[in-house]
Amino acid sequence: MFKIPKGKEVPLGCVTPAPVGEQPMMITGNWREFRPLLEPEKCDLCMNCIVFCPDACFQLDDAEEKVVLNEKYCKGCNICINECAPGALTAAYELDFDDGVVRLDKPF
Amino acid sequence: MAAAIKTQNLAPVKLIRNVPKEEYYLPGHRTCAGCGPALQYKLVAKAAGPNTIFLGPTGCMYVANASYLCTPYAVPWMHTQITNGGAVASGIEAAYKVLLRKGKREGEFPNIIVMAGDGGSVDIGLQAMSAMMYRGHDALFICYDNEAYANTGIQTSPTTPYGGNTTFTPPGSAIPEGKTLFPKDPPQLVIGAHPAVKYVATASIAYPVDLINKVRKALNVVGPTFLHIHCPCPKGWGFDEAKTVEVARLAIETGMWNMYEWDNGEYRYQFKPKKYKPVREYLKLQNRFAHLSDAHIAKLQAFVDAKVKAKPVPVEAAVPKAN
Repeated sequence: MFKIPKGKEVPLGCVTPAPVGEQPMMITGNWREFRPLLEPEKCDLCMNCIVFCPDACFQLDDAEEKVVLNEKYCKGCNICINECAPGALTAAYELDFDDGVVRLDKPF
Repeated sequence: MAAAIKTQNLAPVKLIRNVPKEEYYLPGHRTCAGCGPALQYKLVAKAAGPNTIFLGPTGCMYVANASYLCTPYAVPWMHTQITNGGAVASGIEAAYKVLLRKGKREGEFPNIIVMAGDGGSVDIGLQAMSAMMYRGHDALFICYDNEAYANTGIQTSPTTPYGGNTTFTPPGSAIPEGKTLFPKDPPQLVIGAHPAVKYVATASIAYPVDLINKVRKALNVVGPTFLHIHCPCPKGWGFDEAKTVEVARLAIETGMWNMYEWDNGEYRYQFKPKKYKPVREYLKLQNRFAHLSDAHIAKLQAFVDAKVKAKPVPVEAAVPKAN
């Protein structure tokens, strides 16, 4: 077997651990200008928002009874509002909320 | 002789409600708001499942996702150069088969997916893609088509439609229509020249269930397969980011994008409208076509009319098939 002298091994390149559930090093919630607001009584779980969100921000909750928005990563593209079949989603201006735009201590 | 390699069998999805809930392309990436390619990546990752290896030739889906060591992939992913996505996939496929044969890895053969942009597949990366398909490696090559080199600032690519305004084809007094050439046809390129390929399809983010089923079908085929996925790019095409899916749907309704699959010599069409809408409806949503005059639009309409009328003729295999 060929023996590689110590310190002369080829480095493995750039390896990064796979995230679990979400990638907290890149929070994109502060990009948002308009936030999708869900009216739960209108929602019929058509799943369009879940399937059409490019950022996978809409998910069903554990009981699979209602849709939850992950505001930490929603970029506010509002595709979900256009695609919502029963019209349960509306755009709300982000600065009207008390918790407003998500501020970060560090840029990333 | 080598022992039979266990392959995965992915079941088709019937309704949008049955789309798998698990995410393998996680929230927390640097793509623009309303990114079509990101939506496509999410759906492909959902369809492929956990036993998957993604290869990312340079393009939007590498640059915007993987900079500063934070990647959103929950499955193994590797960057390749823009030229050699197919070559790296060939190497990984061959190496994995050896590992399985020698018993160093157990379980089923993973789905190997090359997620290349239009530049990484039919322009700069064409030779590696073609070589992978020629040699018959068991991998899926996806060309997500946003019709420009978007991450470097919207330069023209071979799939940019006629009349597109890009930074390399700006409309001016000398060339009023912007891009003067008509686009390449990647699926026909693959079908026509690669006898080892058994399955080729076009898909769109506007029809996610169809996209998931085509990805699963392509992954179930043993051998090279090719998918061409239409992904509108809000920034590059100049439309409101909330309309990404709407633009993708209009492309199919106007005939600018055709949905079909080619399954070992047989063509099947999906979502073919009875009456096509005029191309103008698709163009008026997008800033990159804002400069086109009526004569240019008529030229593009004539191209689309000819395209939707013409039935692709299956090319008789020039070389005998290996198996």
